[in-house]
Amino acid sequence: MCMTCGCGNTTENNILIAKPGKINPEELSIMQERHPEQTHLHHHHHDQEMHQHTAHTQAKTVVELEQDILQSNNLMAMQNRGFFEAKNILALNMVSSPGSGKTSFLEKTLSDLKGKIPFYVIEGDQQTFQDAQRIKIIGTPVIQINTGHGCHLDSDMIHKALKKLEPGENSVVMIENVGNLVCPALFDLGENIRIVLFSVTEGDDKPIKYPDMFQSANICVINKIDLLPYVDFNVDNAKKYAMQVNHHLKFFEVSATTGKGMDQWYDWLKKERAKKK
Amino acid sequence: MHEMSIVMSIMETVEKECRKQQADEVESIELDIGMISGVEMEAFYFAWDAGTAKSILQKTTLKINRPPAKAECTVCGKTFIAQSSFDACPECGNPFCSIISGKELRIKRIVVIKN
Repeated sequence: MCMTCGCGNTTENNILIAKPGKINPEELSIMQERHPEQTHLHHHHHDQEMHQHTAHTQAKTVVELEQDILQSNNLMAMQNRGFFEAKNILALNMVSSPGSGKTSFLEKTLSDLKGKIPFYVIEGDQQTFQDAQRIKIIGTPVIQINTGHGCHLDSDMIHKALKKLEPGENSVVMIENVGNLVCPALFDLGENIRIVLFSVTEGDDKPIKYPDMFQSANICVINKIDLLPYVDFNVDNAKKYAMQVNHHLKFFEVSATTGKGMDQWYDWLKKERAKKK
Repeated sequence: MHEMSIVMSIMETVEKECRKQQADEVESIELDIGMISGVEMEAFYFAWDAGTAKSILQKTTLKINRPPAKAECTVCGKTFIAQSSFDACPECGNPFCSIISGKELRIKRIVVIKN
């Protein structure tokens, strides 16, 4: 099994990128050649060979790499960013813990702005097409990425998903990352804006418990504010904690269920889109 | 457990470099992993052992530098060593400081051997 993302020779572990209702064996084989170099590496190294040669003169070379560890992800992210730029697309990467309401927030946005903004959606989950089905019902073009055992989306997955999704010019691409407030922080997907969501049922100290994610985000959405009367959550404290980690954050307080606060978010989204033109 | 992705990314780079150098072994590797880079070292070592087994990096000496987190106060401009990404300025108490280093994730150098 490939340790990067859990993809392996058995199809159940593979990363899957497909439109809902279109899973076929062809789709399942897409990601099998994902890490050919690593497979190569595991198979072609023979310690014995090396030992046989130790009697000969060895040449030692110091290679000053000074290279970012995540360079290949960052390069592909730049490629995605170039694609978005060329097509005048606004791309948003939504990150949160599981259950913060990313999909509900997305559903509400897509339904309310239907016909006003052309949306395309990339859904990321370890398993199932549940989320893509929910988006498809609204009528928005959607691609689901199943990461298998992988804990985050990476720029290569987005690159492949974009080829299938074919988002139109001047559209908005919403990427819903795997529910995880830790790992996706390090992986640039090529998005223009990163949105971190957390909900009032999670505790207002989330930002300082998981600072990496809040630091990497541009926008912070506090969701489920309709539940505020029933939970011990202080919105001001939550914002204060988030600002300590990243004082550039912009906040939206919303309830994706009741629609409260969503208008401010829509106004912001429209303005951001206008900036692209 | 994104540490495994990080190990795999390192392997990919090193393997590519070894082909370029026509090297047979990697004697040592030196990495910079910043104190607030988001990498959990225990998980990293676990991933390193599991990920590099039976690879060109299996017997490689691993050297890791941990650049400290440094922050700059957005009010008084003081730079200081931070313990976390949300430390307040020790000079003026301003809670909103900018991180200026400590997020490094870099392969500094490798020493390769050609037999």
